[in-house]
Amino acid sequence: MILGRTANGLYWMHRYIERAENMARLVDAGMRMALTKAAGSPDEWSSVVLSAGATGTYEAVHKDYTAANVIHFLLCNTNNPSSVLSSITAARFNARMVRTALTRETWEAVNEAWMNLTRALCVTIPDNELPRILDLIKRETALIRGAFHGTMLRNEIFNFSNLGTFIERADNTARILDVKYYVLLPSISYVGSAMDNSQWESILRSVSAHRSYRWVYEAEYKPTNIADYLILNDRMPRSLAFCYHNITVNLGYLEHDYGVSSNAYSLSSETKSSLTGKTIRQIIDTGLHEFLSGFIDQNNRLGSAIAEAYNFD
Amino acid sequence: MSKTIAFDEMMSGPGGVRDAYAGYSNWLNTQENKRLLQKATDAENVFRRTGITFGVYGDEQADERLIPFDIVPRVISGSEWRRLAQGIEQRVVAINAFLDDIYHRQEIIKAGRIPVELISQNDAFLPEMIGFRPPAGVYTHIIGIDIVRTSENEFFVLEDNARTPSGVSYMLENRETMLQLFPELFHQIKVRSVEDYPKLLRNSLEAVKPAGCKGKPTIAVLTPGSYNSAYFEHAFLADQMGVELVEGSDLKVMDGKIVMRTTQGYQTIDVLYRRVDDDYLDPLTFNPKSRLGVAGIMDIYRAGNVTIANAPGTGIADDKAIYSYMPEIVEFYTGRQSILQNVPTWRCSEPDSLKYVLEHLAELVVKEVHGSGGYGMLVGPASTKAERETFAAKLKARPKNYIAQPTLALSTVPIFTEKGLAPRHVDLRPFVLVSDQIRITPGGLTRVALKEGSLVVNSSQGGGTKDTWVLDD
Repeated sequence: MILGRTANGLYWMHRYIERAENMARLVDAGMRMALTKAAGSPDEWSSVVLSAGATGTYEAVHKDYTAANVIHFLLCNTNNPSSVLSSITAARFNARMVRTALTRETWEAVNEAWMNLTRALCVTIPDNELPRILDLIKRETALIRGAFHGTMLRNEIFNFSNLGTFIERADNTARILDVKYYVLLPSISYVGSAMDNSQWESILRSVSAHRSYRWVYEAEYKPTNIADYLILNDRMPRSLAFCYHNITVNLGYLEHDYGVSSNAYSLSSETKSSLTGKTIRQIIDTGLHEFLSGFIDQNNRLGSAIAEAYNFD
Repeated sequence: MSKTIAFDEMMSGPGGVRDAYAGYSNWLNTQENKRLLQKATDAENVFRRTGITFGVYGDEQADERLIPFDIVPRVISGSEWRRLAQGIEQRVVAINAFLDDIYHRQEIIKAGRIPVELISQNDAFLPEMIGFRPPAGVYTHIIGIDIVRTSENEFFVLEDNARTPSGVSYMLENRETMLQLFPELFHQIKVRSVEDYPKLLRNSLEAVKPAGCKGKPTIAVLTPGSYNSAYFEHAFLADQMGVELVEGSDLKVMDGKIVMRTTQGYQTIDVLYRRVDDDYLDPLTFNPKSRLGVAGIMDIYRAGNVTIANAPGTGIADDKAIYSYMPEIVEFYTGRQSILQNVPTWRCSEPDSLKYVLEHLAELVVKEVHGSGGYGMLVGPASTKAERETFAAKLKARPKNYIAQPTLALSTVPIFTEKGLAPRHVDLRPFVLVSDQIRITPGGLTRVALKEGSLVVNSSQGGGTKDTWVLDD
């Protein structure tokens, strides 16, 4: 038994850590795309912002999608609640609130990440510094995860934390796919064309899966394989299937420990079963976009159901 | 201002070292300056990484700051400590007896030892507490007594903190830091341990559970929230005691009990160590705008279904106007003279005192009776003529509002600087736990004014802290 507010804090602390890392990856993928094209394409940057779910807030401040504006907006802008700087600040705020639920190692890792990233992101980042900064963000979040997994007791605190991580991650992966779903559709794809190859690689890169893809599938990028990998492959740590396996397991532990069944668990099991016993071909045939937007809705509903079941507020 | 040489607790005469510091001084002589400088930097990094910070109100840019830590310990000999501890124990017994009396028969007023207006016209006196006796008759469970030293044998109590004294986490973290930085020192010198404070605090709180609570009580620390300047300490204590850290929004009244909202529904709290001021504790009884407390908690408290530590209304015992009567209070309730001295205090409400104070403004420190943190205060020796004139006018207009004290020559202890050791003024706040028994942690928090010559040890005004050693001799 922990305070509902503590469960809420743990859940959001982990959502924000995950979000900071995902944001760095999205910018990384965007940067790659810009570099491999003759001229940086505004379309590419606008789809990065769309994947980040920040189009509204972005367009309120900027008219054009330039590399410099988008990068600053997604990494440093404190008016953007999902920027890396905002996310790490919110993660640290929540960590501080639930300080008593964390090991010293975990708290220190969060606190140090916040100190280092605040320092790195409080200025406009020059082009040649960007790769170093993106690495720093990924390294800091990796350190937090390392401290967390290495030192935390596997109890309800761990479960609520994991729920935050995987719900955020599932949302992120689904959003990236949904923004780019059209390049994965067989009807409009030109197999082997240079442009699509880079689009596909960008999708994989934004979930850090461009290398592992080749370990699982053939060397050639194929749209159906990419979709299969990110949606159905339950060994791929950022796939929807993997996330929902973990969400269901963690909710299962909570049900077991508390001895009370919850609506959250049934919702999660339902979503999980929609990701098993299906082929990617079936999903594409019934509509990839419809599938993904349905998934994003369900994922949001699950977040609310968890908050309600465990008295977050 | 006459320049007096302050008593130094380490050095005595040219080249000499006082006994208590002999062991430390021997060790220090074998240390290289460079290594010590490195250690001082290490210490700062430890504090920063751990997030041992305090917030400064109204300063958004630097909303969390470190309290500077000095690596030279403040050493108190075993015999010095025994005397101090006796005086402290006597004082906390008297304070609790005074509170019980003041909220019941008021014998001390009937006996004419303190004036009735002092209580009846005091905001810190809570009528809601009249006739109510908290579990085990304990009013102030946690007390911090501010003590200064002026010579080999003279210790004065500067202030009794009987409401929600803070700083104990620094006492514990300072020791932890010293153990990490200089483990060899603790092999060579026997220093009494402070680390079981959280355990003792928990034991103390368990011992004052409500009469109706059978079995192990559920304890929680109530914090105003993570924006509070002492939040780190609230979290630290809850963590170390293994109890929940709650905010007002986690709590409510249900079926005549105080309950907290958990992931498994509502759970009863039996003992609440609150770090929220009286005024914010219950919007139904006190400040109706408060969001930091629990609506209705005073009713539950008075029904005996929750213990609040410290009890509401203990402020009447540490009020500055009451302070000057402490020698009388100690004598009245313990039948003996106070072991610890009070700083001589002029109550400006008394015409003779007022006259004296007005004539000696340049030498005195004048404080507002209900003020805190150095607001509305005049430090005579540091003031200009114009400031004294303005202050004299205020004093004449509302003499009751002020007390005055001589400026004390606080003792010094060296701090470590790049150029070696340098003396700085210090005070001491030992922490006392009162419940089924009185538990005094050997040591306390030593605050040090880092600026040369400064007497202000407050962390918000350039003060730092030191580890405080009580020798096991």
